Amino acid sequence: MKILWSLMLLFTLVNCKSDSEKKKQNEDFSIETYNFSELESFLHKKDDKLYVVNFWATWCKPCVEELPYLLKLSEEKNIELILVSLDLPNMKESQLKPFLQKHNIKEKVILLDDPNSNAWIPKVDKNWQGAIPATKIYKNDNSKFIARPFRNYEELLDEVEQMM
Amino acid sequence: MRTLKILTTSAVVVVITAFSFNTVFDENENSNSSENGYKIGDVAEDFSLKNIDGKMLSLSDFPNAKGFIVTFTTNHCPYAKAYEDRIIKLDKKFKNKGYPVIAINPNDPTKNEEDSFANMQLRARQKGFTFPYLIDEGQQVYPKFGATKTPHVYILEKENGEAIVRYIGAIDDNYQDESAVNQHFVQNAVDALLNGKEVKPKTTKAIGCSIK
Repeated sequence: MKILWSLMLLFTLVNCKSDSEKKKQNEDFSIETYNFSELESFLHKKDDKLYVVNFWATWCKPCVEELPYLLKLSEEKNIELILVSLDLPNMKESQLKPFLQKHNIKEKVILLDDPNSNAWIPKVDKNWQGAIPATKIYKNDNSKFIARPFRNYEELLDEVEQMM
Repeated sequence: MRTLKILTTSAVVVVITAFSFNTVFDENENSNSSENGYKIGDVAEDFSLKNIDGKMLSLSDFPNAKGFIVTFTTNHCPYAKAYEDRIIKLDKKFKNKGYPVIAINPNDPTKNEEDSFANMQLRARQKGFTFPYLIDEGQQVYPKFGATKTPHVYILEKENGEAIVRYIGAIDDNYQDESAVNQHFVQNAVDALLNGKEVKPKTTKAIGCSIK
């Protein structure tokens, strides 16, 4: 019986710990590289969390301008931010990683390396033209796709709060 | 009786297949340019824009052309850069067959110095552009087309003096590696037009830099 209690206590502790570590920090600025079919699961999670999936690139000026709003949102709200970079794969080490280091971005960054964009763009959203930035906000089956930059933090917050 | 059954089944299968293909194409045709821009089959208005040689250029300056490969492209965009050599090849291949490339930089140079007129001239010289490279001063032309990004291609076919939009979208299906391209969308479309065939697909999508 005593063992059982200890076990339960241990489980509770482990659970608490993982909860408090919910925002996993990407301390070493690592970048996962996926093709679209590998990325797709991140667009359809059904775990009651609110996901903000942002398609961007370091060379895309409006993308970089809205990044601070996304980072602030991730810090202040209970959301999962995924930054999907469309930088050319050969710029991963020379451009993308230094950019993350310079701006101290420790959020989850995925480099989408899938050149047949004609095949996967409509799978992200059927009305998307392929221009970036573009952001998918979703929680379980409820989702919206915003194919334009956020001009300020409030605009982004407004879209997210509608989904919460 | 058995033959009849098989025939009926096959007919049903054929009809269903045809129907689903149609649906796919219809959906695509309406979704690949900004809402107010040209759709497949629309007449593209002529324009007059400044070329890198300082002269104004219009579609009407090409009386012998059968059509045009209108390509919205720009200096600063990595995706556009990845396609520069391929755009030159398209022009070399199709100019003499009646389909010259007309490149247009739709970006406002005050937003990014790299896209300025002087830098357009420089880039064209460095890369040896064989086609006109026009600046959309005042950004009046690209919204008419409905271009949303660079690179973004519109193939026009001349018919009774009008330029009809026949294809909208990407140059091919691999922006990273030309040698790994499976489908040469623009090349296939122009080949189809030259052979009097239907263009398929009529629209495609690609990642690109938003026009600013």
